[in-house]
Amino acid sequence: MTDQTDSPVRPLSPHIQIYRWQWTMALSIFHRVTGLALVAGTLLLVWWLVAAAAGPEAFAAAQGFIGSFIGSLLLFGWSVAFFYHLCNGIRHLIWDSGKMLELVPAYRSAIAVLLGTGILTLLAWIVGLAAA
Amino acid sequence: MSLKSPLGTVRGLGSAKEGVQHWWAQRVTAIALIPLGLWFVISVIAMAGAGHDDMAAWLSSPFSAGLAVLLIVATFWHAMLGVQVAIEDYVHNEAMKIGLLLAIKGLLVLLGTACVLSVIVLLLQG
Ligand code: HEM
Repeated sequence: MTDQTDSPVRPLSPHIQIYRWQWTMALSIFHRVTGLALVAGTLLLVWWLVAAAAGPEAFAAAQGFIGSFIGSLLLFGWSVAFFYHLCNGIRHLIWDSGKMLELVPAYRSAIAVLLGTGILTLLAWIVGLAAA
Repeated sequence: MSLKSPLGTVRGLGSAKEGVQHWWAQRVTAIALIPLGLWFVISVIAMAGAGHDDMAAWLSSPFSAGLAVLLIVATFWHAMLGVQVAIEDYVHNEAMKIGLLLAIKGLLVLLGTACVLSVIVLLLQG
């Protein structure tokens, strides 16, 4: 690494323990958390598809796990993570276009993301449970 | 103190010149995942509690199987790029970082391949 002994003291980025919590920051952290959770969740997708290709018994076992209490809990968590990451991902894409970066729009879109996550998750489960 | 000149200490530490492509691929896969992800969630909900027959019938259509393959490729590609950024942010030991990146990316390639092959098997069985 570079030798930094004679460089001027530079400002440090705010350290998480002493930084006042803000909604925008919480949503940002949650985007990463849900992204990584979704990656872990792909394991369930792999099991589901490979079991379907393997045949009816293997598929019944996978469906049985997904229908169990723990399976349903994981599926619910997955759906929340998915809808949050979807909504906040769209927020990220809007920011990438250079729009809505000011403080007020950033807070407003944060509320929209939380509302969107709740509504989409509820909708998906109401329709899903009614169909089952 | 180092005998290197101040300029020498900063030269060569800059961009690896690959960042833009990584950034674009993350956005392109994100955009693709909006319709593909919603289609997948709706399809899965419509099959809640379905048996093997329903599942086989669903993926025996080239339309569903095709979208499923696109979804799988976009998901695992986006996941690989995303996990890479997270690892690069937190793992600073060079050997450990490269080892982890290779291991996780390799695993994701294997898992994605297993998914695509499963969809093809179901398509051909249909
Ligand atoms: C449903 C549509 C999706 C959209 C619109 C979306 C959007 C995005 C965007 C814009 C980023 C970049 C965020 C940034 O620059 O900080 C991102 C990061 C990420 N995404 Fe997605 N994504 C989607 C689905 C997924 C899925 C299905 C997975 C998992 C398999 C996933 C895993 C990740 C991960 C791990 C990151 C990196 C997080 C970070 O660096 O903090 N995403 N996503």
